[in-house]
Amino acid sequence: MSRDVWVLAEYADGRPRKITYELLGKARSLAEELGGQVVALALGSGIQKTSQDLGAHGADVVRVADDPLLGQYTTDAYLAVIEPIVATEQPFLLLVGSTASGRDLAPRLAARMDAGIVTDCAAIDLDRDQVEVTRPVMTRKALARVAFRGEGLRIAVVLPNIFPPAAPDPSRLPEVLPVSVTVDPATVRTQVLEVKAIARETLPLTEADIIVSGGRGLRGPENFSILEELAQALGAAVGSSRPPVDSGWVPHDYEIGQTGKTVNPQLYIACGISGAPQHLAGMSGSRWIVAINKDPQAPIFSIASYGVVGDLFQVLPLLTEEVRKLRGSSRG
Amino acid sequence: MNVVVCVKYVPDTEAPIRIRADGRGIEESGLPFKLNYYDEHAVEEALRIKERTGGTVTVVTVGPSTAAQALRQGVAMGADAAIHVEDPALDGADHLGVARALAAAIAAQGCDLVICGKLSTDDNASVVGPALAEFLGFPQATAVTKLELSDGKATAHREVEGAVEILQVVLPAVITVERSINEPRYPSLPGIMRAKRTAIAVKTLGDLGLTLEEAGGVAARTEVLGYAPPPRRQAGRILEGEPVEMVKELVRLLREEAKVL
Repeated sequence: MSRDVWVLAEYADGRPRKITYELLGKARSLAEELGGQVVALALGSGIQKTSQDLGAHGADVVRVADDPLLGQYTTDAYLAVIEPIVATEQPFLLLVGSTASGRDLAPRLAARMDAGIVTDCAAIDLDRDQVEVTRPVMTRKALARVAFRGEGLRIAVVLPNIFPPAAPDPSRLPEVLPVSVTVDPATVRTQVLEVKAIARETLPLTEADIIVSGGRGLRGPENFSILEELAQALGAAVGSSRPPVDSGWVPHDYEIGQTGKTVNPQLYIACGISGAPQHLAGMSGSRWIVAINKDPQAPIFSIASYGVVGDLFQVLPLLTEEVRKLRGSSRG
Repeated sequence: MNVVVCVKYVPDTEAPIRIRADGRGIEESGLPFKLNYYDEHAVEEALRIKERTGGTVTVVTVGPSTAAQALRQGVAMGADAAIHVEDPALDGADHLGVARALAAAIAAQGCDLVICGKLSTDDNASVVGPALAEFLGFPQATAVTKLELSDGKATAHREVEGAVEILQVVLPAVITVERSINEPRYPSLPGIMRAKRTAIAVKTLGDLGLTLEEAGGVAARTEVLGYAPPPRRQAGRILEGEPVEMVKELVRLLREEAKVL
């Protein structure tokens, strides 16, 4: 087995996703401790040109599988490319982002290779050659410490927005190695018929640094526009707790919580959200939490960095105005 | 169409958790357990398929004797049969071990489709579904929000970052489901009566032709060392008063203290 830490690069519209830079940053420090290299494994179509960028962000080696068949993620085709190269090169540790495709692929790769796998990693530590990770479990009511055991590949599926990306250094030039793609299209048993972009979600919730989120206190679907305005001023994404989804005000892809998405933004602004455990399970890892609620007894205040006891219909427009002023003046 | 649904008996997410004094586990005495939330949606989806196309629904679990309750709830909702893989050798098994045991039980039974919840709310791992698909040699679609079946294929909608992906997958396949796929029914009274009468097929690893080295705790590539409470969030600052004043103070704090604006 090598001492190298591998990162599975993931792309959106031909560019590395934010999580890829975060994984490279973490891989860099782990590889230095291990005395190994950082290897980025990049699969896609027309992505060869991103190799320098992956190098600048920490990859010593970039292994590129650039093929039209890989332009759209499918479990079978990606596994058919990844498994042989990982089996040959034997990374010490493979980091995969906890994204829709990462969670689809990594467990199956682990099963194929008899690898150890830990998902939802929020911390990764080395103790000599022992790798230990920390992950939230039980609706975030506990943190589990998990160790890899035995020989062979270790796969850590890492939560987004946890590890800071390394500052890019364009003078770092990676060694770029092609990965041969010999996949028989007939063995790919899934076919992507269509990818329908969700127009509002130009910034995926799981990647956003700031999230403005609304709950039952918004009283109706039309009032989400108040959140949208604040979000626009802040460059934030918009989410919700469960009640607005259950009431049909917004689709399920808005939902943050146990039965929705888990997010870790720098700033989370909870508007008219009471703070049920099931919601906290999805957002209590946020760096800073602002709660705006007219009920001073709302449980959300017990975890908020800053609580505003007030009517969100008064507070939010004022906040939007203040942010606009601030952003306007900082630009000028 | 014959559908198998994998289920798990997990702590009620509403219940507070106590970490055992030695930190090695969660105190289970007095902790209420339920059928995993996402698995209710998985059972519901299977029942709807059965109602449309005929066939059977079988629920299967890997777990201790108490896990039979999850199977009984599945039967009470309308499943026809239940399989319980129960073996002390599975204590300490990792998710791949559990997936191997499930795969062996499902392969012995045979089916056209396997449905799982997208994750279980205790471990939050979302590993078993895709690993199970690998061990069965089936293709997969994960975190599915809509499922249609026709001509030996499934069309699945799944939520990905910033988009909905619509994919077609060849059957038999493993599908893991999101909560928005359906609204689960409540068990009916006749269903509850039937669940009490229905015999659960109990299997050991040996019955399934698996060795300890394949699926038991000794084979595990990961081990939970212990649990800790999450870091307590510092008591925050509560702002009260006139909205204009509160907002000005909030913005100041976000700029100067949090440095996020």
